[in-house]
Amino acid sequence: MSQKVKDATIPTIPTGARIQRWIGRNLIRIYAIFAFTYLFIPVAYTFAFSFNDAGKSNLIWQAFTFKNWQNPCGAPEVCSALGNSIKIGFLATFFSTILGTMIAFAIGRHNFKGRSASNLLIFLPMATPEIVLGASLLSLFLVFKINPGFWPTVIAHIVFCISFVVVTVKARIASLDPRLEQAAMDLYANEFETFRRVTLPLVAPGIAGAALLAFSLSFDDFIITNFNSGTLTTFPKFIYVSAARGIPAQANVIGSAMFFLALTIVIVGQLVNRRKM
Amino acid sequence: MTKASIEARGDLRLTRLTKTYGDFTAVDDLTLTIPKGSFFALLGPSGCGKTTTLRMIAGLEEPTAGSIHLGETDITTTKPYQRPINTVFQNYALFPHLTIFENIAFGLRRRGQKGVKEAVDKVLNLVELPHLAERKPTQLSGGQQQRIALARAIVNRPALLLLDEPLGALDLKLRRQMQIELKWIQKEVGLTFVHVTHDQEEAMTMADTIAVMNEGHIEQMGSPADLYDNPETAYVANFLGQSNLIKGTISGNDGDSLIVDLYGQKIALPKSRSHAIDNSTYAGIRPEKFRISLLNTQTRGNVLTGGHIEDVSYIGVSTQYQVEMPWGQELMVFEQNDDGVAPFKKGDAVNISWEPTFTFALRGDEDATAGSEVEPEVLDEE
Repeated sequence: MSQKVKDATIPTIPTGARIQRWIGRNLIRIYAIFAFTYLFIPVAYTFAFSFNDAGKSNLIWQAFTFKNWQNPCGAPEVCSALGNSIKIGFLATFFSTILGTMIAFAIGRHNFKGRSASNLLIFLPMATPEIVLGASLLSLFLVFKINPGFWPTVIAHIVFCISFVVVTVKARIASLDPRLEQAAMDLYANEFETFRRVTLPLVAPGIAGAALLAFSLSFDDFIITNFNSGTLTTFPKFIYVSAARGIPAQANVIGSAMFFLALTIVIVGQLVNRRKM
Repeated sequence: MTKASIEARGDLRLTRLTKTYGDFTAVDDLTLTIPKGSFFALLGPSGCGKTTTLRMIAGLEEPTAGSIHLGETDITTTKPYQRPINTVFQNYALFPHLTIFENIAFGLRRRGQKGVKEAVDKVLNLVELPHLAERKPTQLSGGQQQRIALARAIVNRPALLLLDEPLGALDLKLRRQMQIELKWIQKEVGLTFVHVTHDQEEAMTMADTIAVMNEGHIEQMGSPADLYDNPETAYVANFLGQSNLIKGTISGNDGDSLIVDLYGQKIALPKSRSHAIDNSTYAGIRPEKFRISLLNTQTRGNVLTGGHIEDVSYIGVSTQYQVEMPWGQELMVFEQNDDGVAPFKKGDAVNISWEPTFTFALRGDEDATAGSEVEPEVLDEE
């Protein structure tokens, strides 16, 4: 450090070494740009073609228009299918989040006989191929003489969403310092107050994340829904059926809108969290 | 909620308190009274049962046997929120989702008390952090979090305040400052403080009474000066500061003194400081009580002769000498550096002398190294 520069001319670094150093420094950045391009080209395509003034099929670019966005329900059945998907999604999210959170607390916080077994079994619906789960649920409904339709679909969605909720919420509970709850009890909060004032607010971000995950899983599920919904049309089913004769541009509008909605929720969530800390 | 327990006041009495985990006995038949208004320290190494004792007092751990009384009220089986006892946790355990104000107000709100704002403002002034009321705990430094944890507990005016290694996470300088502050706050608010620590210096600085714990029982209890000057066991002698323990035989009486034969050299010590049960004993002298003198110099009091300096380390306020005695034992001597340069060199032949009243005597069948090599505390382990 204290050494003095004896020579006035400082040796320059050769160009080859400079390029090498630049690549070394920016390699991860270059890789990330490629990865995100790969991931977002389909989304960009979907978004772009939502402005296509398509005729029968939305495969070839014709002309730019806002028509599709101004009238998203223009194509036959697209909005009723969307409505069904949203209804099913909300119901499945609501029940699977409540049930899953309760299971997560039971497994994460309490010691009982069969705890490790339940811990393992909760992963089964995640690991089972959807096609098997869908077919089994259908035969189960038929055994009980329940016809496929709206409610069987809701029940089927709750079944596979619960596992994801449990895993997400359990991770949050595991990261919770038990001494915080002890401190609450020490400060005159009984069991219920401790749960309401300390445990729940601290686990809430995990529960919210789990609910978002459950909704998006339910919303775009096709295989299990196809088995159990009978004649009811959900949004994924609508897309699948219309793919044979050309997907209307309104589907692109709804798809893009869902994407931006999800993005907004995530960004807002991040901002709120950052403000809290 | 039992109204009686939350309003209990008075001395804390632990009666035959026991806690076992399977085969392991964490707290073994502990009986102890902590007087109202005192600053009491439970001192001991990791795993001695001090934290378990504290958690049983707080209600966070259920005793296997025994009882806990606060005044005349039996609180052994009451829930933590039914006890007029608050804890300052080792890692502070501040609620991360609440502001500092709401953290401190938590206990008051749960009990539905009025004048929350005034009470919180007052205690924030006491810990000198009124400007942080609207912050979140993660925005505070370790020392600030420590004070808020203290404020959150004392704002409730509990009958008993428990402190679980409260300064363990702070650096040395801040710890010293907080020790003085805690002592001051205890006097200011007049609450009973029960303080758990492995740091003997911290316990000596703050507590009126210290109970030294070892393997689930109390080894000795008393004022800091009592424990230091008149330890009853080798464990206490070694855990609180350093001690030179020299094997000897009690050979006679001289008024209030006992005459002890240490490897052929006779010394005297006060009878009141002898805890020996037969003739066999260990004579104990603290390193700073020794005086070193060159051979053939006049000395008063007890003298051990025939030593030579084995090692000298100069550490500023004092110089530490290792003096090897004729029987092979190395004695530790601390000499105050009040007259300049260290006068003794390695290899000097010396006598060691000290006042007979500074000597204590332990049972001869003890392990002279007990308590001297306890492993350093690993925080968060208990």
